[in-house]
Amino acid sequence: MTLQTALDTLAAVFMIGGAILSLSAGVALLRFPDLLSRMHAATKPQVLGLILVLNGCAIRIGTLKEITTLLLIVVFQLATSPVAAHMIGRAAYRDDYVPTGELLKDELAPDAERLWKAQREGRG
Amino acid sequence: MSQLKPALSRRDHLRNRIAAVCGLVLTWNLLWGEFTWANLITGVLVAFAILIFFPLPPVTFAGRVRPLRLAWFLLRFFTDLLVASIQVAWLAFQFGKRPNSAIAAVQLRVRSDLNLTLVAEAVSLVPGSLITDADRENGILYIHMLGVKDLEHLERFKAGVLRLEARLVKAIGSDAELRMIQQPAPSDRQERPQ
Repeated sequence: MTLQTALDTLAAVFMIGGAILSLSAGVALLRFPDLLSRMHAATKPQVLGLILVLNGCAIRIGTLKEITTLLLIVVFQLATSPVAAHMIGRAAYRDDYVPTGELLKDELAPDAERLWKAQREGRG
Repeated sequence: MSQLKPALSRRDHLRNRIAAVCGLVLTWNLLWGEFTWANLITGVLVAFAILIFFPLPPVTFAGRVRPLRLAWFLLRFFTDLLVASIQVAWLAFQFGKRPNSAIAAVQLRVRSDLNLTLVAEAVSLVPGSLITDADRENGILYIHMLGVKDLEHLERFKAGVLRLEARLVKAIGSDAELRMIQQPAPSDRQERPQ
């Protein structure tokens, strides 16, 4: 097996792995019962999936100029995806879109009023 | 609040500014895809323009970077990311079973904004945990957790978040913050002001 074949195989493994993770994110999005659970699926397996696919691309392309751009995509994805998920989750909880009765335990509920008051007063 | 914001000396302030400029110049060059003098110079100009027109809130980074600990933190982070991604993917394909979830409150030991942000980022990047809310004043993260089996599982998850915080502080925290994480976790949540 030449080096090129080995690299191609590695790239293929990365891309297929990434594709499976992205598919699982899609399936989870359809199947999970409530908004917060779906946010997990929509934001996280997809990040790793993207990282794997871009890894595969980086191996296949192999020029520095493109790889730096791919690296930047990963960094921005890692930095922004949790923020987006948090903002949606936070808004959903506040507007009662989260069926808190179905949670195993909700440790935010007893603190919620105090916390939101503090945030409104600019201390949060 | 004063204890949350360690006063930064002029030197620390300058160091944080320089770090910000370097990061922005690096990003600019990566965006263009190559390092040239022209990119370097325009990058510096853009970086200064950004810092002047969009001033960031002061980051209270007063620690120092320990490369080995940082490498350990990143290694653990990526293993967590991998393991948890597979777990969530597995949950997704278990038809006919509804995953349980819960919201946990985790009291962090180091209450600086930077620590809160970085722990929140790291926790919420790992699939299966999502930050629902954060109490900046008291350093508490409210984390929605997917696939909780029972309450004991939830406690183990909370201990895991505190271990992540400890790894992070060991990687980039100051000596004072290191002492804070060596104390036992403030588990009694009743102590907080209501």
